Amino acid sequence: MLKIIGYVIKDLLRNRWTLFYFLFYLLVGFAILIFSGDFSKSMVSFLQIILILTPLIGTLFGVMYYYNSRDFIELLLAQPIRRRDVFIGQWLGVSISLGTSLVLGLGIPFLWYFAQYEVAGDQFVLLLLLGFALGTIFTGLSMAVSVSTDNKIRGFGYALVLWLLMAVVYDGFLLLALIAFRDYPLEKFALIATMFNPIDLARITILLKLDISALMGYTGAVFREFLGSTLGMITASFVLMLWVLLPFALITFIAKKRDF
Amino acid sequence: MVRFIEVNKKFGKLQVLDNVSIDVEEGIRTAILGPNGSGKTTLIKTLLGMVIPDSGEVLFKGESVLGKYKYRREIVYMPQIALFPQNLTVKELLDLIPKLRMQPAKYDGLIERFGVNEFMHKKMNALSGGMRQKVNLVLAFMFDVPLIILDEPTNGLDPVAVLELKKLLREEEEKGRTIIFTSHIMDFVQQMADRIVFLLEGVVKFKGTVEEILQETDSTSLEEAVASLILKSQKVHNYA
Repeated sequence: MLKIIGYVIKDLLRNRWTLFYFLFYLLVGFAILIFSGDFSKSMVSFLQIILILTPLIGTLFGVMYYYNSRDFIELLLAQPIRRRDVFIGQWLGVSISLGTSLVLGLGIPFLWYFAQYEVAGDQFVLLLLLGFALGTIFTGLSMAVSVSTDNKIRGFGYALVLWLLMAVVYDGFLLLALIAFRDYPLEKFALIATMFNPIDLARITILLKLDISALMGYTGAVFREFLGSTLGMITASFVLMLWVLLPFALITFIAKKRDF
Repeated sequence: MVRFIEVNKKFGKLQVLDNVSIDVEEGIRTAILGPNGSGKTTLIKTLLGMVIPDSGEVLFKGESVLGKYKYRREIVYMPQIALFPQNLTVKELLDLIPKLRMQPAKYDGLIERFGVNEFMHKKMNALSGGMRQKVNLVLAFMFDVPLIILDEPTNGLDPVAVLELKKLLREEEEKGRTIIFTSHIMDFVQQMADRIVFLLEGVVKFKGTVEEILQETDSTSLEEAVASLILKSQKVHNYA
């Protein structure tokens, strides 16, 4: 499996995709830090990138890379390599490449900023970690979708719908539910609902680390009490890890039954 | 060495393999024949674990291959369509596969025989169909494995390369290797096959030696024999 991961990383470097992605983050990183002036405003901008863009790019990359390397996958399957390793290796290779571009691309501007001003580094590190995790999760989910269908267009469509559901629609429905049942105590429901969407989970985890969480009212206080505690942090990390394991299980399961 | 036992496979409604039972003996060359879409490649892919049969067993050296992968250390497969990452050079590809297989490979003699050494540093996507097929052949023969599977090995090859391939196949057999191949070129099959399996719409219509198929169909050439087998089954179809 390590050999496949290594091959994929080299392949993406050779295609300059990783480089392009890295430069994109680098540019955006410097732009946000220079132009927004205030660091907590920058953090909110970074948060939007990590929550919306990183999963989207992971989704697109996952689908694109899978369909582009279909032939090579077939070649690999004829070799003495475990079927699962072929697919998981591809997923991890793409995720590691994308994640490294993200961490370096945003990390370098931050270090430059950090050297000039005294700002809290731990929030930023958490942000990058969550970005890495979200990228990995969405690359994996989109690969699982791709493995399940030979039709490229359909694969792209399903993967994008999945991203849209998680990044946009889920919140909409959650909000509707919260408004519809506002007469009932909803804090626990909201907390649990958050766990079922990795993007929400990441958003809440970061927001609570920022000062603006004071604006979130009573629900915010409940969240803060839970996620701010050690137990809450452990639970959140554990759930996020489950989210990373989900594509692993899905890809393994789908690939096992497929004919190539 | 390889046994297919009542293998069935459907793709949607299409029965691609219909109760296929074949024994492939060790140390000889077996040709799988049949018109396009008769299930040759699918049959090979069940042995490689790429296609999972709906029912039946595929045994390699007496053990079922289903869900396993280590047995593929002893098999090299040359696919019909060259399935390579397009942005690698020939040399990079020839070095990559042994690494992935974790097996040593010797290709110096082979690249000279097939003239591949002339374009070792070209990228795969810059090669013509025939050149790619030659790379494909080098990949198939560079490992020291007991079973070699070739899907349409003569595709796109020039006559010189075909001659070289025939020589190579004979040498490999002398080394005791088992070879399974498919081909549309009956002349090539007649010269190279010790055994023939004839598939038609997923059903085994004939298995035996070249002499046997000629006798059975009362033909003078393999081409005639195969044509008569196809016609015979069409007649049966029409009457039914």
